[in-house]
Amino acid sequence: MSASRTPADDSIAARLERAGVSRRSFITFCGKLMVVAPAGLAITSKLSPELVAAEIGKAKRPSVIWLQMQDCTGCTETLLRTSQPDLADLILNIISLDYHETVMAASGHDAELALQDAMKANDGKYVVVVEGAIPTKDNGKYLYLAGKPGMQVLDEVTSRAAAVISMGSCASWGGVASTGENPTGSTGVISLVKNKPVVNIPGCPPNPYVLLATVLEYARTGKVPALDDQNRPKFAFDRLIHDHCPRRPHFDAGRFAQQFGDEGHRSGFCLYKLGCKGPVTHAACSTRHFNEVVDAWPIGIGHPCVGCTEQGVVFTQPIHATADIKRALPPDAYPAVWGEHKGISPIATGVAGVIGGALVGGGLIASRKLNDEEPKE
Amino acid sequence: MQAKPVGGPLFTRSFLILVALAALAGLTIVWRFAAGLGATTALSDGYPWGLWIAFDVVTGTALACGGYAMALLVYIFNKGKYHPLVRPAILTSALGYSIAGFSVVIDIGRPWMAWKLPLYINHWNLNSALLEVALCIMAYCVVLYIELMPAVLEKFKGQPNAIGRIADKALPIFDKVLIFIIALGMLLPTMHQSSLGSLMMLTGPRLHPLWFSPLLPLLFLIGCVMMGFAIVVFEAAFSSKAFGHKPDVAILRQLAKVSAWCSLLFVAVRFLDLSVRGSIGAAFVPDKYAFWFWVEFLCFIAPVVILFTKTKHYSLGNIFRQAILLAVGGALYRFDAYLLAFQPGPGWHYFPSVPEIVVTVGLVAAEIAVYIFVVKKFPIVAAEHA
Amino acid sequence: MATDRRTLLKGFAATAAAAASMTVVSTPALARTRKTVPSDAAGLLYDATKCVGCKACVVACKDAAGLPADTRASKLYDAPEGLNEFTKNVIQLAKSGNESSYVKKQCMHCVDPACVGACMLGALHKGQYGVVSWNGDLCVGCRYCSMACAFNVPKFEWSKAAPKLVKCELCQDRLAQGKQPACTEVCPRNAVIFGQYDALLDEAHKRLQSEPGKYVPKVYGEKELGGTQVLYLSHVPFEDLGFRFNTDQPVPEVQQTVQHGIYKGFVGPIALYALLGAVMFRNRKKSTEDSDAS
Repeated sequence: MSASRTPADDSIAARLERAGVSRRSFITFCGKLMVVAPAGLAITSKLSPELVAAEIGKAKRPSVIWLQMQDCTGCTETLLRTSQPDLADLILNIISLDYHETVMAASGHDAELALQDAMKANDGKYVVVVEGAIPTKDNGKYLYLAGKPGMQVLDEVTSRAAAVISMGSCASWGGVASTGENPTGSTGVISLVKNKPVVNIPGCPPNPYVLLATVLEYARTGKVPALDDQNRPKFAFDRLIHDHCPRRPHFDAGRFAQQFGDEGHRSGFCLYKLGCKGPVTHAACSTRHFNEVVDAWPIGIGHPCVGCTEQGVVFTQPIHATADIKRALPPDAYPAVWGEHKGISPIATGVAGVIGGALVGGGLIASRKLNDEEPKE
Repeated sequence: MQAKPVGGPLFTRSFLILVALAALAGLTIVWRFAAGLGATTALSDGYPWGLWIAFDVVTGTALACGGYAMALLVYIFNKGKYHPLVRPAILTSALGYSIAGFSVVIDIGRPWMAWKLPLYINHWNLNSALLEVALCIMAYCVVLYIELMPAVLEKFKGQPNAIGRIADKALPIFDKVLIFIIALGMLLPTMHQSSLGSLMMLTGPRLHPLWFSPLLPLLFLIGCVMMGFAIVVFEAAFSSKAFGHKPDVAILRQLAKVSAWCSLLFVAVRFLDLSVRGSIGAAFVPDKYAFWFWVEFLCFIAPVVILFTKTKHYSLGNIFRQAILLAVGGALYRFDAYLLAFQPGPGWHYFPSVPEIVVTVGLVAAEIAVYIFVVKKFPIVAAEHA
Repeated sequence: MATDRRTLLKGFAATAAAAASMTVVSTPALARTRKTVPSDAAGLLYDATKCVGCKACVVACKDAAGLPADTRASKLYDAPEGLNEFTKNVIQLAKSGNESSYVKKQCMHCVDPACVGACMLGALHKGQYGVVSWNGDLCVGCRYCSMACAFNVPKFEWSKAAPKLVKCELCQDRLAQGKQPACTEVCPRNAVIFGQYDALLDEAHKRLQSEPGKYVPKVYGEKELGGTQVLYLSHVPFEDLGFRFNTDQPVPEVQQTVQHGIYKGFVGPIALYALLGAVMFRNRKKSTEDSDAS
């Protein structure tokens, strides 16, 4: 990374070098991005982490304004669970986190000033990340940020943004706040922001690297990644958990855990019967785990997926109710060449027997009657 | 003796029971169309044809060959003394073939296409025995109803109303053309009854050797003639009891014996065929095929023995029983050829479902009910009162 | 009685003559030449020794043909027991003594198909590339094709109110686009391959020659039942794979020989009609003469 640097070199690579972040550390980070987005992103479509690092290194760190609405801060917490690079490098050198209520040093009026300054300085170029749902009932009075309804803040901040990312299920479609009666009229960002590109990254919480990959892709190419019909990045949401689950062979073979702690559960069998929502949930968790620990994701540790990315699944379907299989595929078993098919109905046999008996009996009786009446020869 | 309506009350208890059975069948048929064949029948991928084909169509038309058999006897072999039995036989045939046709309509999966069969001439597959059966049965139904027309029109002959005038004009025309119609009425059954045998020839290697034969058409033909005579005997004897007529025992005895001769011919041809083709050994393997083969044989041969040896005591009841046995034997042969001998492979089973049985029973009941109605109202039966 | 017996003996004689003539006529050698493989014939070669039972072909066929999963046995899986109204292609597991083998089942696209011979209006017909396909505009749903097929292939849609007939048609729409059938395209081991029939037969024989110990020394479908355009190689007896029949005789041969013998040119029926009419006419004349005389 001893590329020529000018005093004005504000690229990510330059900043990281100035900050003393080791090249190894940055390359490790780029390797993680490659795992998160093996296909579908321009920045990770390279043959090695070094090449990805070179690619990202050229980008100018994007300005990110992070809004928190009806949130639990879980999505922020998931971002904090990245260690390479550490949080400081992340929020200062890889992205420029210009406003974030939880981690920023300022508070009160100073914080609001920081927001206004960031919006002015990067007018039309900053990325808004929204965490949490937005209440809309009664003119949005159920959430106030610095004296203004959340709806209004969202409108103001996104109106000057380049792109909007909904981080987490709450911002994507309303999340837990919107379930049941939805007393505050909570809704996702995309229902309110109509004139900017919106990327939904649902999850409760999502994997932070999905967010980072999306933001960096935008920063490097100026475009958001390819999105599906729910505006979710295809590189992470294009498949069901069920279709990419390491326990799928157990499902196909009919090996299920029936109860928590039983033999099957301890053997790592499929959790379908315990209510796993993998068959109806689009998410990347099965290969992109959490907390940077291998196999640290719900199914990996033995709990059925609850479908935290999908509206209509999480917080709606009971956790231990079995999910529908959208597309049944062949099991790991084979039909025989001459299988045994439906047998013969005993009721029908009985009915036929009765009718047959009646006919035989009737015939015999009739023939006797004919004998009785007819004049003998 | 002149044919005349039997008269008497129509809505007797037995008549009402028959109508009830027919109504039950009607409801089941509605269900069949609403729910599909899979839900109402026991038909399966292994057994695509079941009771409705094996009985209603194949056996039913054979039992309805009374008209055919009597026509042969009266018009070809010139046995005028049997003439009074022709009309009831034609009526039974017309009704029996109508039931068979109706059963086909409810059995096929796409009946709304059936109109194409007689009309899409350029698409006719002349290799298909089933096409021959279908067209021939359609034509024969028409012929049978034409043959019945004189009986219907006679009822209105001489009446001063419109129908009476039509009857007066039409009857002489019928008289003239009847010879061509009757000849058709003998040609067509010869063709399609033998083709019903040919149908099962196409199942070839999947048909058990005791029933597979290149002579299947001939066997089915002999069988249907035999069954036709047997049914005439059965029906005449039954009618006499039901309507209080004096049965002409001598004639019925003769007919039974004709039927028995056909049975003897059938058995001879069958055994010869099996021996020549080397399949006779299968009759001695202790399995269900051999079992039913010998049951058939018994039904065929017992009446022959009884009718030709018991020269002293030819009671009507006895003749009636032998006629039933012959009809049953013929029916059993057809059932066996279509259902038992057909071997789709291990694991497949078929026995008619209750809805299938209900429909078949109901359709037969409907046929009998209509027969009773027509015979009571129109000049069909020629018999003295007992 | 005497006249009756004479009549009956006349009847006997007539029937015996009929039987004799039918037996003569039904000798296959006389009446019907066997069909040959069409010049543009395409087909499949399935080598059971290469198949690993992955069922990719089953899934690909369902996708290409737009068929639903058969979840009747268990709502979790698409688990047909064999070919049926939801399944045009299936992999079965065959046991043969201590050995086992996978076997792929689909339409055999016979050279002389029984189903084509059966079909009244020709809804089932053998067309381009010798593929046997179904035309719904001509089908009344009589299921005679299902009765006729020795391989039990054509399947009726029992569950539908407007049923169709379901069977492999060698992905004709894909062939028209220059693509392979879905099953051969997806097979990861080339256990089933698509090609011109002659080339496939050659390849099959090559394999038998080069590795004789590996295979049962027969290409099933080369001659059986008149030949099929889907050929099989196996290391277990074909009987165990479910192929019951070894005769060369095409399924329709006996029936069509007999039927044609009887109905050729419609001469028989017309002659019979004329005979019946003549006898009736003579009988009527005789009875009027008798009544005139009496």
